[in-house]
Amino acid sequence: MSDLAALYLQQFKTTFASMLQYRASLVIWMIGHVLEPLVYLIVWSTVSVSVGGAVGGYSTQQFAGYFIVLMLVNHVTFAWIMWEYEYRIREGTLSAALLKPVHPIHADIADNVSSKLITLPLMLLIAGGLATLFHPQLAPQWWAMVAAVPALFLAFLVRFLVEWCLAQAAFWTTRVTAVNQVYFVLLLFLSGQIAPLTLFPHAIQVAAAFLPFRWMIGFPVELLLGRLSLTETLVGLGAQAVWVVVCYFLLKVVWNAGVRIYTAVGA
Amino acid sequence: MSYLRMLGVFLRVSIMGEMAYRVNFFVQLFQSLLELGTAIAGLAVIFSYTDSLGGWRPDEVLALVGVYILVGGMIGFAIQPGMSLLIESVRDGMLDFTLVKPVDAQVMISVQQVEIWKLIDIVLGLAVLGVALARLGEHVGGGQAAAFVAMLLAGAVIIYSFWLVLATLSFWFVRVENILEIFNSMYQAGRWPISLYPGWLRFILSFIVPVAFAVTVPAEALTGRLTAGTLLGAVALAVVLFVGSRLFWLIGLRRYSGTSA
Repeated sequence: MSDLAALYLQQFKTTFASMLQYRASLVIWMIGHVLEPLVYLIVWSTVSVSVGGAVGGYSTQQFAGYFIVLMLVNHVTFAWIMWEYEYRIREGTLSAALLKPVHPIHADIADNVSSKLITLPLMLLIAGGLATLFHPQLAPQWWAMVAAVPALFLAFLVRFLVEWCLAQAAFWTTRVTAVNQVYFVLLLFLSGQIAPLTLFPHAIQVAAAFLPFRWMIGFPVELLLGRLSLTETLVGLGAQAVWVVVCYFLLKVVWNAGVRIYTAVGA
Repeated sequence: MSYLRMLGVFLRVSIMGEMAYRVNFFVQLFQSLLELGTAIAGLAVIFSYTDSLGGWRPDEVLALVGVYILVGGMIGFAIQPGMSLLIESVRDGMLDFTLVKPVDAQVMISVQQVEIWKLIDIVLGLAVLGVALARLGEHVGGGQAAAFVAMLLAGAVIIYSFWLVLATLSFWFVRVENILEIFNSMYQAGRWPISLYPGWLRFILSFIVPVAFAVTVPAEALTGRLTAGTLLGAVALAVVLFVGSRLFWLIGLRRYSGTSA
């Protein structure tokens, strides 16, 4: 176990150094992460103002709160593994990772977490700036703030594991961008990125409850806004835990099958 | 005349090259349709709660989406591929081969590569625009149509000049592909009427990353929202940027030292 801790520590250091080297690409990710929720914030605020100050149980200020918190939650849970994996397999760099005595997912998690540690202060600053511009309204209960810690952690795990499983598609096909795009469309609608899920038709809300997407983003956001009851929160944490377990087993199956058919060029 | 023939040759070579990867047609078609479906579903959610967004009716926003896809297709088809290749060839020195040819180097780099499957977006954008206009009925007159085409051209020139300036920066800095990514990331803001945004964001989207001139202004022309001031401003900006980017390109070119030299 202490070996694994050493690995994480070393990966933190490596990622930190390379992040400082590639500041430009960091800024680009962040522009995308700020702009999209900002656009939807403005669109829904406009709708809310034009129909008299509230839509589907959200006031204009609550929309501002929803999308600013969503921006942070999306940033915290975000992973880029689906873009990277195809390259790794095509170029054969995965071979080096396979030689290591630990599962390659550990290096990916460490890489992800350490880059978040660097970008999070800046994101919080941006969120603060947006808060002064749009006057968001948040009313989380004290227990909701406590529950948000495991909810965020589980949300990150669910999203990371699901995307890691999907990234393995690169073992079978070279056209992963099409696979990725389908996933991102589902995520956009069913995680609550485009609008709070309560604004969607009932059937879509039910579907969202049974799929993993809501538990990656929408659930922690609603929790931090103070919109969930204690029961709903506990059910949500349970759903997240179930998805982590399901994905864990799925990952084992997919990874084992994928590695078996993997042949590096030049091997 | 010889330039036109050159354009034809490059186009033919691009098409011949891509014919080896015909499946890419279906991949691109699938992705474009998915993107369109996403945009329409998003609009459906929003317009189930309101019947106008910042003064734009649903069919007018649909027309805006059509322009957004059309212009995105034009950029992806004709502008972006050549500029990406320019940046690459400045880095690896392949620009040498372009410079020794007896034609203007700027024309050469601008037409040397096209991404033919992006034609799908152009067709799709026009189709969406057609549907939106049919639903809007007789609201579009000849004057508006003329203004639309003029603004589409002005927007294309503005975007082209903007990309040329960014790509020319590669004579000084090695890694500028990143800046181009910023453009792609900002472009998505053009899918909504720019009048919704607060002043500072409108300013960024008009003058720092000219998404507004490429998408919103033509759509405004089509829906009868265009003022004479914006029309003249867009034309003036197009001329200034075109000349400015040409001069900047010539200055940048002087810095180029090649590889084997």
